[in-house]
Order: sequence, then C-alpha cells, then structure tokens
Amino acid sequence: MIVRIMGEGQWTLGDEHVDVLNSLDAGLESAVEGGDQEAFNAALSDLLANVRALGSPLPDDTLAPSDAVLPAADSDLDDVRALLADSDEGLIPG
Amino acid sequence: MSVMKRLSLIFRAKANKALDKAEDPRETLDYSYERQREMLMKVKRGVADVATSRKRLELQLQTLNQQADKLEAQSRQALAQGREDLAREALTRRSAIQQQQTDLAQQHAQLQAEEEKLTLASQRLQAKVDAFRTRKETIKATYTAAEAQTKIGEAFSGISEEMGDVGMAVQRAEDKTLAMQARAGAIDELLASGALDDASGTAKDDITVELERMSSSTDVELELARLKGEITGGAPVPQIEGNATGAAPATEAPAATPEKQGETT
Repeated sequence: MIVRIMGEGQWTLGDEHVDVLNSLDAGLESAVEGGDQEAFNAALSDLLANVRALGSPLPDDTLAPSDAVLPAADSDLDDVRALLADSDEGLIPG
Repeated sequence: MSVMKRLSLIFRAKANKALDKAEDPRETLDYSYERQREMLMKVKRGVADVATSRKRLELQLQTLNQQADKLEAQSRQALAQGREDLAREALTRRSAIQQQQTDLAQQHAQLQAEEEKLTLASQRLQAKVDAFRTRKETIKATYTAAEAQTKIGEAFSGISEEMGDVGMAVQRAEDKTLAMQARAGAIDELLASGALDDASGTAKDDITVELERMSSSTDVELELARLKGEITGGAPVPQIEGNATGAAPATEAPAATPEKQGETT
C-alpha cells in the first residue's frame, strides 16, 4: 500500500503492515472525534513514525495516487478537522 | 471511516472531478501540465520568500547581539566609575534584549525548517512534473481519446495529489512568513524608536548620555583644578608645564623653546 505523509512525500508498505497502521489509525480517529488534542498528538506521531520505519520512500518521479493520506507531522486537531471537512472550494488546491 | 482513508478519498475526488469535466481526457493532460508548471513556480517563489524572511531575522539578530554587547560594555564602564545604578539599568536592558534574542532565534529555526521542507517539496514536484510530461506525450501519441481515459487516471491522480499537498505546504509557509514579517516589522520599529537603541549609533541612548556627562564633568573638574593652580601660582603650574615640555619636546615650536627655558631658569 502507498501512504502519503503530507508535506513529506510517499512511502510504500507491505500488506503485512496494514493491520498495524489500521489499528493506529483507529486511535487517531477516536482522538479526532473525542477532540482530545493530547491523544491526537500521540496517535499521529506514532502513526507517522511507523510509516517511516516500516515503509520505504517512493522515488520522487513516481506518479501514483496514495491508498492512505496522513496529516503533516505539525498538524493539530483543528487542521485535521478542516481537512476532513474539505469541500469543493476548500483547503486542498487542485 | 478511518482518517487516512478519508483523506485519500478527498484527494482522489478532486482529481476525478477535474478529469470528468474534460470531453477529451488528452486535453486535460496539457491543461494539468500548465497548472503543474505554475505550481512549481509558486513553490520556488515560496522558497525565495521564506529565505528573504530568514535573512531579515538574521540581520535583526546581529543588531540585537551588538546591542547586548554594547550594554554590557556600558555596565562595566558605569561600574568602573562607581555608578552601580547605571550599571544595573544597562544590565536590565540587556536582559530584555536577551529575551528578544531567544524569541528571534526560535523563529529563525522555524523558518529554516520551513525553507528546507519547501525546498524538498519543490524537488519532489519537479521530478513528478518531468515524469508527467513524458507520460503525457506517450499517451497523446499512442492512445485514442477513449483509451486514454484509463491510461491517464493513475498519473493524473498521482500528480493531482502531489499538487494538493504542495499547494497546502506553500500556503502554510506563506502564512508563517507573513506572521514573521509582521513581528520583524515590529522589532524594526522598536529599534528605530530608540527603545532598544539603534546600533547604527546615530541615536544616543540615555545611558551613553549619562556616561558622557560623567566623563565630561570629570574633565571639567580636572580643568578647574589646573586653572586654580595657575592663578594661585603655586606648585601645580610648573608641574603641568614641566609635563608638557617633557612629554613632547620635539613638537614644540623652536621659537617657544627658548622662552620656556628662560621662564624656568
């Protein structure tokens, strides 16, 4: 699976790691829903660290869309809420 | 649904929408390529803007360093003249400047990190735009409009995702740079107003004025003592003249020398 960390680039991870990422992602999701900034920070940095450690970076000239996209390391709860609520004319250009 | 899946779907939806709008998907390729090049320019401008702000902070830091050094020298000078109150005032100001220095140094580190991130983003985008151009030409040369649709999909989604990500990174850097510029402007104003004293040395701060006043009043006292000695005609007079002739006999005008010699003998 291909994972993008926003602001950093893309990694490719073997299928055997998908479960780990999914369970960490569930923690991130509940932190977002519960509005818990501290839990969010911990879950996000945990998730990003795992992607960087378990995956290998894709070459810069790869033109592949990602299966999963993760917020940038310095994002906070509000940034991610805004991203998730992004509508047609929203945050993400393009 | 999970956060990372939702985010990837949001990016994909954007790409699909752009692709669906085009009647001939091959036209989308050229249009997208133009936009990629624009984005590339924007990122490069972003890198330059961040670098400019970083350099401005460096200049300000330099000014503050000079100012802190000057205040320390002033406090030593004041202490040497027995003015502990002035020395204390100089040190108090220096500590205020040290806080500014810490603050600026942190901002400088942030800008530097932002500059590095954007530089890398610009390199990634450049590589992808080059790859896209090659892919675009191949697709246009090889496939009909109907066939092109499926061939374009992945490359287009991939580059569109990158553009979205880079676009947000540039936006974030711009916001940070603007906030930084506002603060840098405030510090420039503070420096110009003399509150932190201008290190260019054009404006004299009150500590300098006081130190100068003290040293000039010391000079006046010395001068007074000399004049008093001259008038009373006591011991101080030959002592002063003796010093003057002794210190620089060669510079004395030849005509003056016999006079003085006559005086003393």
